[in-house]
Amino acid sequence: MSGAFLDGALAAAQERRGEEERAARGGSGLARSLGVKVLSAAVTLLFVLVFNFFLFRVLPADPARNLARGTTLTATQMAAINKTFGIGLPLWQQFTNYFVQTFHGNLGISFQYHIPVSQVIGKALWPTILLVGTSTVLSTVIGVWMGIRGGWKHGSAFDQISNGVNNTLYAMPDFWLGMVLLIAFSSKWFLFPAGGMNSVTGNLSGLHGLLDLLWHLTLPCVVLTLVYLAEYSLVMRSSLIDELGNDYLLTARAKGLRDAMVRSRHAVPNALLPSITLIMLNLGFVISGAITTETVFSWPGLGLASYNALNFPDYPVLEGCFLLFSAAVIVANLIADLLLTVLDPRVRQA
Amino acid sequence: MSEPVTISARQIGWQRRREALEDFWLQYRRDRNGMIGLVILVLMIAVALAAPLLASSRGLNPALATYPANADPGWHYPLGTDSDGRSVLTELIWGSRISLLIGFAATALSMVIGALIGIVAGHFGTLNHWFGRQTDNVLMRFTDWFLVVPFLPLAIVLARTLGPSLHVIIIVIGITSWPGTARIIRAQALAVENRPYLERARALGAGHWHQMSKHVLPNVMPLLIANTILTVAGTILSETTLSFLGLGDPTRASWGEMLNGAFNNGVGTGNALWLIAPGIAIIAVVMGFTLVGHATEAVLDPKLRER
Repeated sequence: MSGAFLDGALAAAQERRGEEERAARGGSGLARSLGVKVLSAAVTLLFVLVFNFFLFRVLPADPARNLARGTTLTATQMAAINKTFGIGLPLWQQFTNYFVQTFHGNLGISFQYHIPVSQVIGKALWPTILLVGTSTVLSTVIGVWMGIRGGWKHGSAFDQISNGVNNTLYAMPDFWLGMVLLIAFSSKWFLFPAGGMNSVTGNLSGLHGLLDLLWHLTLPCVVLTLVYLAEYSLVMRSSLIDELGNDYLLTARAKGLRDAMVRSRHAVPNALLPSITLIMLNLGFVISGAITTETVFSWPGLGLASYNALNFPDYPVLEGCFLLFSAAVIVANLIADLLLTVLDPRVRQA
Repeated sequence: MSEPVTISARQIGWQRRREALEDFWLQYRRDRNGMIGLVILVLMIAVALAAPLLASSRGLNPALATYPANADPGWHYPLGTDSDGRSVLTELIWGSRISLLIGFAATALSMVIGALIGIVAGHFGTLNHWFGRQTDNVLMRFTDWFLVVPFLPLAIVLARTLGPSLHVIIIVIGITSWPGTARIIRAQALAVENRPYLERARALGAGHWHQMSKHVLPNVMPLLIANTILTVAGTILSETTLSFLGLGDPTRASWGEMLNGAFNNGVGTGNALWLIAPGIAIIAVVMGFTLVGHATEAVLDPKLRER
C-alpha cells in the first residue's frame, strides 16, 4: 500500500498545484482557496459520518445480545436495551439520533467493557499520541537528514548504503521488525520490557516514573521510527535531486557561497516541500497505522484498543476508532494543504 | 529481384511491439538493481509454482504433523517446526503461493479500477464541456475520499462484515489500493489528451470509447505497468498486515498467517526461525517487486534514470 500511496500522494500534491493555478483565477486567491479547502474537508468529514453510520448498521450487530454476552437476559430486558439503542426506529430517525449523539460526544457503549466508548477512547488517546508523536519527530529529523546527505552527493558510498537500508526498511512489515526486536532485546537479552506502558510494580511517581515510561517507550518508538524514516529519506533525496539542476543554485555557487551554504540555504528549503506534505499526510495515517506496533508491544493506545475490539467483536469501539482515525486523516490532510498553500506561493493565485 | 512481401497492418503492429519489447529488455538489462530484483522474483515465482514438487502438502495439515513442536532445525525440518509440529520450510514454500496469489489478484483488481477511473476522469476532464468537467470532479472527489479513509480500519470493517476468506481479502485489498493508481493514471491521461493525435482522432469523429481505448490507454500503459509492479509490493505487505490482525483466511497458510501464528503462540521461547523465515521471505519479495518496478520506470521514463 505504501508504495502506491507514496506515488499517489506526490502526484496528488503536484496535481493540486496545477489545479490551484487553473482554479485560482479571480477572487482574493489566498483567503478564498483556504476557505474552499476547509469547506471541502468538512464535507469529507460529513461523508465519513454517513458512511460510518451505514457501515455499522449493515454489520450483524444485535446490541442487546452482544452487550449481554456471558450473562442471561430475559426477552423484556433485551427489548428494553434494543429500544435504548433505537433499533426499532425508522432509519432516518436512527440517523439523526446518531448524528446528534456523535456531536455530543456520545459514541455508544462498549460491548466488551460496558463503559462508554468515549471513555475507552479517551484513556487510549494519550499513549498513542505519545508514541506516534515521538516517533514522528525522530523519523522526520533522521529521515530528512539522511535524505539530504544522500541526495546532495548522490552516487556516493553513503548514498548507496542508505538507499539499500531504506529500501529494506520500506519492504519490512513493521510488526515483524517489532517482534524481532522484542525477542532479541526482551527475551534473549533482558534489556527492555516485554510490553505495556508502565511497570506493574514499583514506584511510578516523578522522575522514576518518567524514566520507567521512557524505558517502555524505547522499543515501540524505535520500530515506528525505523519504518517511517525510510519513506522520508527516500522522498527527501528524490526531491533534492530534482532541485539540483536548477539555475539558482548555479547563481549561488557563482556568488562564491560554500557548498554547505548552497545546500542548506537554497536547495534544501525548496526541496523540503514534498517532504512536509508527506509528513503531514503521514501524521494522519500513523495514528491508525500504529495498530500493529501497539499490538506487538501491548502499548495501551488506540491501536491496541482497536485490536481488542476487532477480535471480540466490539462494534461500538470499532466505530468510534474508525471515526477518530478518519477525522485525524482529514484534519492532517487539511493542515498539509493549508501549509502547502502558505509555504509555496506557486500554489496560490498564479 | 524477389517478390515484395505483403504483410497486414496487424502484423506490422505485432512486429513493432516485439521490437519495442526487445529494446526495453536491452535497456533493462543494464540496470543492476533491476536484474537483482528480477532474479529474486523469478526464483520466488518458480518456488511458488513448483511447490508440490518441493514439499508435500500433507505437511500443512496439523492433524498429520508428527514432528516435535517448536523444534530447532533438524534433518526433516531444515527450518525447525512451529507450535503444531509442522515444518516451517513446508509452510514457507506453500505460503508463497497464497501470498503471491493474493498480491497479484488484488493488484489486478486495483489496477483495473484505478486505470478505468483514471482514464475516464482524465479524458472527460479535458473536454471543454461542463458535463465532462463535472464527471472529472466527481470521480476525483470520490478518489480523494478513498485516499482519506485510512486503510486499516476500512479493511478491518470490511473483512469483519464479509467474513475471513481468500476472496474477501483480495477484494478488500483491491478496493483500498486503487486511489493511488487512479491519481497517477489521471495525471498521465491529462498529459496524453493534449497531444495532436487525439485532436486528429476527434476531428475524424472518434467516439469516447475509441479515443480512450485505442489512443489514451496504449500511451498510459507503460506508466500503468510500472505502477502495477510497485503496487504488488504494497499489496503483499497489506495482506501480511491483515493476516497478522487475524482477518486472513486461517485455513490457508500464507506468510502473514505464519507471522500471526508465531505471534499468538509465543515464538519468543521456541523456534525463532518460525518468525524470521517468513519475514525475510516477505522482505525479499517486496524488495524484488520494488526494484523491478523502479527499473521499469527508469527504462520507460528517461527522466527518472540515474537516481
